[in-house]
Amino acid sequence: MPRTVRWRGRVRRAFCLSAHRAFGLSTGVPLLQIEHLEKSFPAPDGSRHAVLDVPHFALEAGRHVALRGTSGSGKTTLLHCIAGIHAPDRGRIVIDGVDMAALSEARRDRTRAQLLGYVFQTFNLLQGFTVLENVLLGMAFGPGADAARATTLLGTLGLGDKLQHFPRQLSTGQQQRVAVARALAHRPRLVLADEPTASLDPAAARAAINLLHVACRNEGAALLMVSHSPELLAGFDETLDLATLNRAAVPGLKTEN
Amino acid sequence: MTLGRIIYRSLRQHALSTSVAAASIALAGGLAITVWRVKDQAQASFSQVSAGFDAVLGARGSRLQIVLNAIFHLEASPGNIAQADYEQIAAHPAVLHAVPIAVGDNYHGFRIVGVPYEALAAVELTPGRRLALAAGRAIDGADGHEAVVGAFAARRLGLAVGDTFHPYHGLYFDEAAQHAETYTVVGVLQSTNTPIDRVILIPLAGVQTMSGHAAATATDVSAVLIKLRSPMAGRSLDLLYNKQGNRLTFAWPVASVVGELFGKIAWFQDVLALVAYGVALVAIGSVLVSVYSSMTARRRDIAILRALGARRSTVFLAVLGESVVTGLAGALGGLVLHLGLMSGAAVVIRRETGVVLDVASWAPVIAIVPAALLVLCAIAGLVPAWKAYRLPVADALTPVS
Repeated sequence: MPRTVRWRGRVRRAFCLSAHRAFGLSTGVPLLQIEHLEKSFPAPDGSRHAVLDVPHFALEAGRHVALRGTSGSGKTTLLHCIAGIHAPDRGRIVIDGVDMAALSEARRDRTRAQLLGYVFQTFNLLQGFTVLENVLLGMAFGPGADAARATTLLGTLGLGDKLQHFPRQLSTGQQQRVAVARALAHRPRLVLADEPTASLDPAAARAAINLLHVACRNEGAALLMVSHSPELLAGFDETLDLATLNRAAVPGLKTEN
Repeated sequence: MTLGRIIYRSLRQHALSTSVAAASIALAGGLAITVWRVKDQAQASFSQVSAGFDAVLGARGSRLQIVLNAIFHLEASPGNIAQADYEQIAAHPAVLHAVPIAVGDNYHGFRIVGVPYEALAAVELTPGRRLALAAGRAIDGADGHEAVVGAFAARRLGLAVGDTFHPYHGLYFDEAAQHAETYTVVGVLQSTNTPIDRVILIPLAGVQTMSGHAAATATDVSAVLIKLRSPMAGRSLDLLYNKQGNRLTFAWPVASVVGELFGKIAWFQDVLALVAYGVALVAIGSVLVSVYSSMTARRRDIAILRALGARRSTVFLAVLGESVVTGLAGALGGLVLHLGLMSGAAVVIRRETGVVLDVASWAPVIAIVPAALLVLCAIAGLVPAWKAYRLPVADALTPVS
């Protein structure tokens, strides 16, 4: 990453974070900006199947935005592209001044580890690692493991007595909280949540979403959640229909060769 | 925390397959080092153990058989030689010491060697070291029914000064072949770390005139142990007995004759080495399979690590590290196993031959074999590590919605 871009990102980040924490307000500066994002995958017949075609999307620092979409609307692919797990075919994905789409894979990995938190649909906790180690891994590839911070965070999420437990020894709700702690441990600017309540019953799902809101607000992180459940989208600053953002979400609209 | 902890947790998660792979590496390493070192050590020790003698004069026959019989007390004698032959070589100017021995009896499997005790005690077994008594006294006179017992034989037979025993006829124990004579133990030798530790010494005449032995050969000896004034003086005696004569065999030099023994059993060592290499190959294969299947089972874990920001190189090193750590554990286990096997082999060799192996001595193979196994494990780990490196993260995480 060029030095000037890095410094610009840091200054902007410091400004936005203080403004958000001090006033609980949006600063109006986009933390995430997507321009002309396109992503396709090879189809069995040799053609390419377009999954994403997002002309524009922006998310301001500290904002909590929900994307509603049906199955196959490209929700997970969009989050993977934002996180740098997928490289887009075209377009720009600028996070905190850094264009993820223009970075090498190694740089994307590093940027993801520093700027982003990810709460997966099935939590994706590492079963061979303890609760504390799972959270420490969330920090290890970014700013570095900080056991005190991880312990405190787990304590605030009610898991202070489960640090040395393994995920299989926890209830589903507790595992979800570990996933939230891991996503927030390295103080990310943006937390991506991919149907994080899919494994929970409705009451637990609502509690989990509330937990995610509170935890992200406490940490000053923006939240971008995708879900197909409209009943969970209350409490977000904004809710968007993915079909309005993603032109490829409409079946048959676009196929590339 | 990161790399080391990831490797540790993964190995722990697959503790069984990791342990099996490490155990097979240990088995391969332990066998390979032991085969090599037992061969090396045994050859060195047998070559050094000449019990202070440069040559052996025996009946016409195999030089190796004569040396094994007279020095190592292992084989049967090819025949007797006449008293006159002993006297002739004893008088030869090149000969410093000539010690006649007579064998043919045992006590519970431990050989009885008839020998002029003073003559044997005068020879340095190793530089500066002669026979020494741990208890009792030396044999007094040439005709008495007295015995001095080697350290190992005394311990195994439970013989102490003052005990009496009846010899048995033959080199191998046969309960029905007991001689009538009674011998009294008058001394126990200090350990010499030579085959003498395994024998019972009695006067030469004791074996020659034992009841049941042929009276016509009562003055014959089984062999004559020779200490030369100069090691090179053996050439003239070699010429005299082996090239010009045809009744006797002059086995010289002892170390070179022992070398023939190892030449003859080299094929057996090669087979053992081949087995060890085979085990090593299987072991490396098991590491590859173990790490590969562990990696395949953890596709999702690796994808999660990548999603958390781990680089491709990090997961590559983590998987490779599993192989290396498994190999390291196996290599260390191999060294421990080697010590056990080597100690066991040393005990057996000492019991059977009296030759002592130096178990604790250093040999390059002790480092080379574990290092080679480690390198092979690392190479075996490259395949699953590469697979982890190339893992498509998104596919392994969740199905695309």
